[in-house]
Amino acid sequence: MTDYDAIIIGAGHNGLICGAYLAKAGKRVLVVDGREQPGGCASTRELAPGFRLSDCAQWLQQFDDTIVRDLDLKSAGLKLGAGKRTIALQAGGDHLTLDGDLLRGAGIGTKDQVNFQSFRQQIDVFSKLMLKLYRNRAPKLVDADWSDRMTLMKLGLGLKLMGKENMQDLMRIALINIYDVMNENFDHEGLKAALALDAITGTNMGPRSPNTVYTYLHRAMGGPLQAGGVAQVMGGMGALGEALQAAAERCGAKVQLGCAVEKIVKEGDRVTGVSLADGSALTAKVVISSADPTTTFRDLLGYEHLETGMARRVAQYRTRSGTAKLHLALSGLPAFTGLDAKALSQRLVIAPTMDAIESAFNPMKYAECGPSQVFDISIPSVEDSSLAPEGQHVLTALVHYLPYAPDGGWEAHRQATLDNLMRQLEAYAPGLGGQVVASELLVPPDLEAAYGMAGGNWHHGELSIDQALMMRPFPGSTQYRTAVEGLYLCGAGAHPGGSLMGLPGRNAAQEISKQGVLA
Amino acid sequence: MNAPQRDTMLLPTPFHSRVEAMCELNDWGNWMGYTTPNAFFDVELEYFAIRSTTGVFDLSPMNKYRITGPDAEAFLNRMVTRNVSKLGVNRVGYAVWCNDAGQVMDDGTIFRLGEQDFRLCSYQRADDWLHWCTLGFDVTITNESEDIAGLAVQGPTSCTVLTLLGCAGLDQLKPFGIAHFTFEGAPMMVSRTGFTGDLGYEVWVAPEQAEALWDQLFELGRDYLIKPIGSYALDIARIEAGFLQAHVDFVPSEEVVRNGRTRSPFELGLEWLVDFSKPLFNGRSALLEEKAKGSRYRFAMLDIEGNKPAEHSFIMKGDKVVGTVTSAAWCPTVKSNLAYAQIEMPHGAVGDELVAEIYYQRELHWTRLMAPCRVIGGPLFNPQRRRQTPAPPF
Repeated sequence: MTDYDAIIIGAGHNGLICGAYLAKAGKRVLVVDGREQPGGCASTRELAPGFRLSDCAQWLQQFDDTIVRDLDLKSAGLKLGAGKRTIALQAGGDHLTLDGDLLRGAGIGTKDQVNFQSFRQQIDVFSKLMLKLYRNRAPKLVDADWSDRMTLMKLGLGLKLMGKENMQDLMRIALINIYDVMNENFDHEGLKAALALDAITGTNMGPRSPNTVYTYLHRAMGGPLQAGGVAQVMGGMGALGEALQAAAERCGAKVQLGCAVEKIVKEGDRVTGVSLADGSALTAKVVISSADPTTTFRDLLGYEHLETGMARRVAQYRTRSGTAKLHLALSGLPAFTGLDAKALSQRLVIAPTMDAIESAFNPMKYAECGPSQVFDISIPSVEDSSLAPEGQHVLTALVHYLPYAPDGGWEAHRQATLDNLMRQLEAYAPGLGGQVVASELLVPPDLEAAYGMAGGNWHHGELSIDQALMMRPFPGSTQYRTAVEGLYLCGAGAHPGGSLMGLPGRNAAQEISKQGVLA
Repeated sequence: MNAPQRDTMLLPTPFHSRVEAMCELNDWGNWMGYTTPNAFFDVELEYFAIRSTTGVFDLSPMNKYRITGPDAEAFLNRMVTRNVSKLGVNRVGYAVWCNDAGQVMDDGTIFRLGEQDFRLCSYQRADDWLHWCTLGFDVTITNESEDIAGLAVQGPTSCTVLTLLGCAGLDQLKPFGIAHFTFEGAPMMVSRTGFTGDLGYEVWVAPEQAEALWDQLFELGRDYLIKPIGSYALDIARIEAGFLQAHVDFVPSEEVVRNGRTRSPFELGLEWLVDFSKPLFNGRSALLEEKAKGSRYRFAMLDIEGNKPAEHSFIMKGDKVVGTVTSAAWCPTVKSNLAYAQIEMPHGAVGDELVAEIYYQRELHWTRLMAPCRVIGGPLFNPQRRRQTPAPPF
């Protein structure tokens, strides 16, 4: 008799979701994590006394509503803010607002208005088709079994039903870059850049990199998943982690925090359990890792326990990311030129043109901290006053792109980079620097250390087509199963990939139950 | 005669000047990018030197890798299918290694030179694979292919000739043992190994010693009828002795392009090299699965009626083609017509009676011969002197 049916490594959102579903199905489940808080990247942290902010992920925009309902996360305490508009800040102060299907400001033309609506409609059609792949395990093409063939048939039928033109368009653009697609559709540079930003967030790609249409569609999954647009989690993103922990525990799972898994224990040909930082060892019928594949196989299991071909796949799995996080505690509401106070609760992006994004990407490729970056900004304390002392605010920004390992190491660059980012923000929000009570810059290695994500990549590995779908994370370890018996994956490194979406965790639970390995 | 007068596409080995001087037929081949003799003067006489006196074969083109470090043994145990922990210091073991799919990448010999010091001799260049295999292991891999010259000295009088060369007490060396000597003040390693199935040794020196070694061997061995041999003669000897040849009897799995053309150790008759008591080695899970499900092919040694080598023959069971020949030779010492074949399961068990479809030509006249053959359990050539210690004096 094993200690548990399943031990899940990592109490991130996917780990907790997987645990909750398995526990709900009557399995004995332990979710274990070295961090003191649940949620992993869905985390709230105090930057300075009284100033709390979403430490890693800042927006909820693709979270599967089915999971919210299945696990009744609302009664477990999850509260989302209102859906946000995206305001693309322009140099002159005449900003562009993206509000659902509507565009306002910045001299946007009628042609772009019309094209924007048809573009959104088409993306909606495409993402609905993707949903057929996202809510299941990714079907194998070779050795496909009955269930894989069903998925493929549904996919084929879906392709056919979307009409010849849409089908041709999807086939044409699916593997190309967002830069070309934006130029085909729109004239307004600010609009193109604001949309392209969604395609490169959390990646190691620029708008001209192939594959960025796929990542754009990935981000657009919020539509068919009924996530209700970009939103902030009230109380900070950590509240999502807490709600998931409560839901998992309500289902009967045990959640043990503050105790890291040291090693995945393999005996003979199969994984039999884990050893923990406190020296204890636990056994289970299966171990399910929500850690990224590199951490799982290289660090927790160890290359020496893998056959060489698989060790090579792990070593070659790409985990670079150029996304950093800027955190500010502010003594007052910042003044952005051309924005009223109410507008500051919205999502603000600074990405003037697609070329500006690409130019920010270029130095990062060569491990340099470039002169200019692009920003995806949240001032969550406007909508949620619990996050900062009365009258004061917190600002968080996703910053693209900063390298993982600049020459000379991050400590030689950190302050200069932070100063440079502040100068860039001040161009849009004069006087912002004077309001700063506390600040910090989390660069990819910081995110790696804090959240155990190799490369600081929040997708747990680049979401490129060779590492996606039926090849995620790599051949031989797909469909949540790995090449090592008894070891499964349920994190963002598994299909369908990263961002706060919850599908890898949910799909893994579904698949592992179906395989009967917990019986 | 020294180095070649011009750059050639094929490299010379450290023995090239001497080999060239003795290569009366001027019949050259390409062995892994090196100029190597197919035959020196007469293939059959060269073969009989191996079996009756001493044949000398230049094996310098073999790839040699030094594997050292605290994890060297664990590294090799993960890489090859056999258990390297059972290999003592100064011992040599034959090994194959597989990819994750359990398909043979290459075969070779592992020389254990110390507790944490090994040399791997492989047929293929293996730098890339060895590098990948180091992930997770504290080992250093050095390609010393060009730092070591090697001669196979094989045949009944080989021990005597090498003893004259200064290998005192060599007759005490057991099969697969390693002994260390000096030659002209430099280290010389001798292993009782070979590719002929006969009493024989392999001698390893620095390239600088190569020409002097060759000269002295032939000088001292003259009375013992020492002869240089080329790859054709060696091929007959190795078929007679039951040894596989990479690229001939199997295609290294990383070079295979077509689906299904790779072979597992089981399909090459090498199950004795697969040690499942090891917790992990490359190909283990695939091989366990194959063991449970059964293999696609069986390696069969065939004793064929008549004296026409069954080169490239189809092997029939009744009207049905059940296999093909990979190596074939008329073997003079055992006076048998032998062939190795890949036979589709379930055929090819020892004792199975099959038919080889042999085509041969005499003066432009092709003849098709349906030669009955029988699967035999092992090589017919297996003389006592191969195993005897002390090595018998001839």
